[in-house]
Amino acid sequence: MTLLATVNSDVPFNVAQNVGFGVIAVLMVTGALRVVTTNNVVHAALWLVLVLAGAAAQFILLAAEFVAITQVLVYIGAIVVLFLFGVMLTRAPIRGEAGLTRSNWFGGALVGVLLLGLLSFTLLDTFGGDRLPADTRLTLRPAAVSQAEGTEPTAGSNVGAVSDSIFSRYLIPFEAVSVLLTAALIGAIVLARKE
Amino acid sequence: MLSHVWIIPALPALSFVLILAFGKRLPRGGSEIGIAAVAIAFVLACGTGVGWIQRVNHPPAAHEAPAAEHEEPAAGGHEEPAAAEKGEEPAAAGHEEPAAAEEGEESTAAEEGEEHHVTPPVVRGTTWLQSGGTKVEVGTMLDGLSAVMLLVVTLVSLLVHVYSTEYVAGDRRYTHFFAFLSLFTASMLFFVLSKTTLQMIVGWELVGLCSFVLIGHWWEEKPNSDAALKAFLTNRVGDVGLLVGVSILFFAAGGTFDIIGINEMANTGEIRHLLLLVASCSLMAAVMSKSGQFILHTWLPDAMAGPTPVSALIHAATMVVAGIYLIARLYSVFWHGFQIGESTINLMAVIGAVTVVFGALLAFVQNDIKKVLAYSTISQLGYMVMALGVGAWTAAIFHLFTHAFFKACLFLGAGSLSHAVHSFDMKQDMGGMRRFMPRTYWTFMIGTGALMGIPPLAGFWSKDEILAGASGLGGEGGYKLMLVMGTIGAFCTCAYMSRVLWYVFWGEPRGAAALHTPHESGPRIVIPLVILAALGAVAGFANLPSFAGESIALRFEHYVEPTAAYFPGGLDAAFRHPEFTLWIAVVSTVVGILGIGLAYLWFWRGAGPHGITERSRPARAGYRLLENRYYLDHLYTGVIAGGTKGPVARAANWVNQNVIDGLVNLVARGTRGSGQWVYTHIDQGVVDTLVNGSGATAEGSGQLLRRQQTGKVQSYGAYLFAGATILAAVFVFIASTS
Amino acid sequence: MLLNQFLILSAVLFAIGVYGVIARRNGVAVLMSIELILNAVNINLVAFSAMTGTLAGQVFALFVIAIAAAEVGVGLAIVLVIYRNRRSIDLDEVDLMRG
Repeated sequence: MTLLATVNSDVPFNVAQNVGFGVIAVLMVTGALRVVTTNNVVHAALWLVLVLAGAAAQFILLAAEFVAITQVLVYIGAIVVLFLFGVMLTRAPIRGEAGLTRSNWFGGALVGVLLLGLLSFTLLDTFGGDRLPADTRLTLRPAAVSQAEGTEPTAGSNVGAVSDSIFSRYLIPFEAVSVLLTAALIGAIVLARKE
Repeated sequence: MLSHVWIIPALPALSFVLILAFGKRLPRGGSEIGIAAVAIAFVLACGTGVGWIQRVNHPPAAHEAPAAEHEEPAAGGHEEPAAAEKGEEPAAAGHEEPAAAEEGEESTAAEEGEEHHVTPPVVRGTTWLQSGGTKVEVGTMLDGLSAVMLLVVTLVSLLVHVYSTEYVAGDRRYTHFFAFLSLFTASMLFFVLSKTTLQMIVGWELVGLCSFVLIGHWWEEKPNSDAALKAFLTNRVGDVGLLVGVSILFFAAGGTFDIIGINEMANTGEIRHLLLLVASCSLMAAVMSKSGQFILHTWLPDAMAGPTPVSALIHAATMVVAGIYLIARLYSVFWHGFQIGESTINLMAVIGAVTVVFGALLAFVQNDIKKVLAYSTISQLGYMVMALGVGAWTAAIFHLFTHAFFKACLFLGAGSLSHAVHSFDMKQDMGGMRRFMPRTYWTFMIGTGALMGIPPLAGFWSKDEILAGASGLGGEGGYKLMLVMGTIGAFCTCAYMSRVLWYVFWGEPRGAAALHTPHESGPRIVIPLVILAALGAVAGFANLPSFAGESIALRFEHYVEPTAAYFPGGLDAAFRHPEFTLWIAVVSTVVGILGIGLAYLWFWRGAGPHGITERSRPARAGYRLLENRYYLDHLYTGVIAGGTKGPVARAANWVNQNVIDGLVNLVARGTRGSGQWVYTHIDQGVVDTLVNGSGATAEGSGQLLRRQQTGKVQSYGAYLFAGATILAAVFVFIASTS
Repeated sequence: MLLNQFLILSAVLFAIGVYGVIARRNGVAVLMSIELILNAVNINLVAFSAMTGTLAGQVFALFVIAIAAAEVGVGLAIVLVIYRNRRSIDLDEVDLMRG
């Protein structure tokens, strides 16, 4: 645990947060592994729900409630349902399908492991034991505490700030995304429509 | 009241929604909603016109804090300098410096018997969106130009609505038709009331969409849907120009879309001339496509595939003049961009003049009455563009005004004829129609007379003003070329319209007209015809030349032409008004009568070298050229579209076949070949075991590489990821060691 | 909490997603793996947003979610078309690009 040694220890760790993170992270990794290994597409979709929900929980830990809620609404609410429809429409057998994984999965695994190794090395090398500056502020403590520390009160909801940001600074990308969604909608209809 | 003009486009828009939602369930299929909405809009437009006239007569003084001031909190900025100029008080607070410098010219203009009261436009706006310091406004801007357009659009639209109830009665998409007529009316009104160039783009595209939908109203027949597509695509070409032009103006004017702001900056010289020139040229492309100017006009005749009321409303009276309106609205930009005041020739005037003559020539060889009228429209639009190009702003708008009435009358008359004989072919299915359809005949005659420019019908006054402008305005010597072209155009107009009259109303009934006796159309068709013919006859009196007396002369100019600082009029000494010139009026009339006379001799008397197209090669070539519409369509579809489509596809295929496949094969073969080479050459000389091993490895790697070309996307994905990972690792390694 | 906690979690998810994209035969399953990758990116963005104290990361995470929705829509439509044409969504059989 060399990285813990480099942590500047003037602020104590918030144990509850870290435990929460650990549990969720383990669940997410397990879920993700099952998504890519299970032999049943429907199960894969359900495992995916676990990963997505875990990601939403992580967002809440990072004080990004709005992203978390959007994650739940859009991903779990819409995208996973879409996946299930896709599974149904393509009549994949509900029961296990022996060959859901390709025969040369080994290459994929190799690439994945290589990638993970490289990424981990780079991350540890670059960010080492950097603590989130908001470690103390990210908790759901009342605003009074952060004011006492002379920092911006972010403990409250930041939905307003996010929306201000979207509709002022990022307005053009926002409009572009809406055009993209329209295009995707039309494209999907054109593709999927029966002649 | 004038600041509430937004209600006028809102009414037909509401009607569009209501017709779509409930139209099918109503006893008259939704047409009653459309007619009611447009009728109310027309009444309101009349009220707006009266209100505007009152405003010009009694301009609001700056210190009185007029109604317009507090009704437009968002737009107060440019209102103030315009209002401050009122009453020739250079000392007034907030007076802009350049405007003060121009005060001398302004009084020069005033000496010409023109009292220069400045009437500020009625502007009302609200912030639509704000992004990174740029505020985009929407709102309405009302001045004489918008008021005239409101009147024209609502009136023609109302008459076309009434006409259509009979013309498309029983159509399977009756409700749909009226819904889109309403939407078109709303879009056009929105367009002419735009406060910002961005709004103009929106309106511009909306009218284009409606045009597309209505041309393809009977889309089951292939030519109709093709025509709709062609109109849409041709207009896209011009829209690129519009987008570019608007963007240039936006950045040149320091981040504003505001029409008044841009025009004022162009007038005061805050925008560099080069930028104005480039913007003007880009916008000209848009005008050329929308207003059917030469080389991009080819969609307009095809657009006649739509129902006739649509042709009358959209492709003659209103939508196609959107381009004219665009120039007129941003006139300061064009004025300074093309230096209209000083030059004797410029892009706009040339395009207009060329269109006048080329369009009129094409009208000679058409047998479809609507196509003749379509080319005639192109030619008349050319007159308008030419007038704007020579600096005769009022003449152009006046011609727009009169043309809307008589050309709508002609189109609806053609519709009435086809309603009787179920065909548009003059040569085969008409003839002698004046006996069967006297009312259509008389209204058509008046419309034709107005189009020909026979005094005292409307076309005479407006066309004459344009020609006078071409001779009297501009730099030294004036726009002589435009004068000549305009006169030739007048001659051609008279001749081809005489040809139409001969084929349709004289001679013996042919084809369908002979088979079953045609009968006059019902009142819902005839009454709009009569109203439009009456307007076509008298509309010219709205702008009588100055010899008519102070009280009734030049009323149109007085009320319509803007006087505020966003128009070159009050600020630029070069901006003058054409004087009525007797010799031009006489010459153009004589030339016109000559045209009629020649056509009379040719058709009625059968004189002249008939059959010359068979005998003489040059004549045949000319006829062929016209018949093929100068081969422009061949150029577009055959050469340009075919020329890009085929080679691009072939090139892509070639790259695929030769480069990509070749590369892979080359690698495989090369490796294998090198293996072979290694085997045969080095192998023999060096240690056998080593060589055997290397040869086998090389061959094996060749085989391996070949096998990788599996066509399986995921394998390629794996290589992609692996390659990226390795590359990233290399970079990380380099970065960490250096 | 450490920044790296999140970044490494995201890296793990990313690597798993890459494995899935490469190794799965079923078209729908491949799309799911792509969702894993996008989620990893989102966690990264939000973590950096918290690190720098700005909202840009969160806004972009929202954009990524929107784009992911579009991607799944089009992707599933393509899978449907493949299924309709070949009666199978086994990507190993979609090998028209074989050299």
